[in-house]
Amino acid sequence: MYVLIAYDVSTKTPSGQRRLRRVAKACLDYGQRVQNSVFECKVDPAQLVDLKTRLLSIINVDTDSIRIYNLGSNWQRRVEHHGAKESYDVDGTLMV
Amino acid sequence: MRRHLNTLFVTLEGAYLKKDGAAIDIRHEGKSRLRVPLHNLDGIACFAWDCSASAALMAACAEANVSLSFHNPNGKFLAASNGFTTGNVLLRREQYRRADREEDCLAIASHLVAAKIANSRTNIQRALRDHGTKSIDRMDTLRMTSDALYPKIRSALVAEDVDSLRGIEGEAAACYFLGFSSMLTGCEGEFAMKGRSRRPARDPINALLSLAYTLLMHDCRSALESCGLDPQCGFLHKDRPGRPSLALDLMEEFRACLADRLVLTLINRKQIGRGDFQKEESGAVLLKEAARKKVYAAWQERKQTEILHPFLNEKTTVGLLPHLQARLLARLLRGDLDGYPAYLQK
Repeated sequence: MYVLIAYDVSTKTPSGQRRLRRVAKACLDYGQRVQNSVFECKVDPAQLVDLKTRLLSIINVDTDSIRIYNLGSNWQRRVEHHGAKESYDVDGTLMV
Repeated sequence: MRRHLNTLFVTLEGAYLKKDGAAIDIRHEGKSRLRVPLHNLDGIACFAWDCSASAALMAACAEANVSLSFHNPNGKFLAASNGFTTGNVLLRREQYRRADREEDCLAIASHLVAAKIANSRTNIQRALRDHGTKSIDRMDTLRMTSDALYPKIRSALVAEDVDSLRGIEGEAAACYFLGFSSMLTGCEGEFAMKGRSRRPARDPINALLSLAYTLLMHDCRSALESCGLDPQCGFLHKDRPGRPSLALDLMEEFRACLADRLVLTLINRKQIGRGDFQKEESGAVLLKEAARKKVYAAWQERKQTEILHPFLNEKTTVGLLPHLQARLLARLLRGDLDGYPAYLQK
């Protein structure tokens, strides 16, 4: 399945900045960064549970928030991109 | 059940592949070019002279079951990185035992060869059905090839020893490749082919075939590795140091339906033309870089096609076929199956 993850982490304190970096890192292990705090990940249900647990252990629920949107397996028609920073298609041909 | 995942092709000269978290990061001239989580991949194939990978990445790939192999730009296999030998030692021992016994080799190899010939013949028949009526000459060649191949399927199944089986295979292949260019539509003049030539390929079709076989080889080899079989110990192909004989065995049944069909499609759809090749002074014909990329992309696309596996009766993707067949081979060695059900294309 394909999920979209967006987060808001309060960076007023040094520990908040640290949380922000750690959240980004966790997301990067599972998917690609499509915008500054928006990630798209192709994961199976087990991996999603792993990722969710990892994210929840990092954030501070009083100040930060995470939203996970499930785009399902038929996600291609649910995502549209305009403008700069084209992302790669994880199911398409990967070639550099 | 193994899922079909993506293969990453690296054709960029000077690329450096490194591990970044749980992902692979491809860097070039100090800049990151692409970053993909490893769990989305099942293979990384590099086709460049100047391409390197960090030890940390090799370790991560070995652990995540991602096959990492290096080839030269023309597709010749150079090296692959693996972790410690994994899998079931008992299974491998059984594989060696059977490979030592001529009659067991024959039992497996005859099915491989028969499937190879049958699949080649299916290609010919498909060409005959789809566009055989366009010219009388072509129809005759195709029909003759198809008729010549038919009895060879049977004789492969009843061959008395592996050597005569190899003979049957050779004859069938020679016959098939003579009829090969008749399967092209509308551009026979551009692409002439007189049998198979390799190292070097002497005409464009042979160059394309060689590249397609290399891609197939990469997949067959990693399929065997991931099932715990030893890709070097074959039943049809003799052992030779460094030669992945079992992978070559497994390839036989897929050559026609995966590689040959890909080549035919690319040419018949005019995705690749005469201008995509360059001729060396030595007589070797090489594919230009842009065309090679087209082949990789087409291969990847082909692998995502969904089909119904005739023996398992399960919906699967073309890319998983080598894995499924390697599993069936392992099941045969374990004694769960009586004979090897080779893959026959519809």
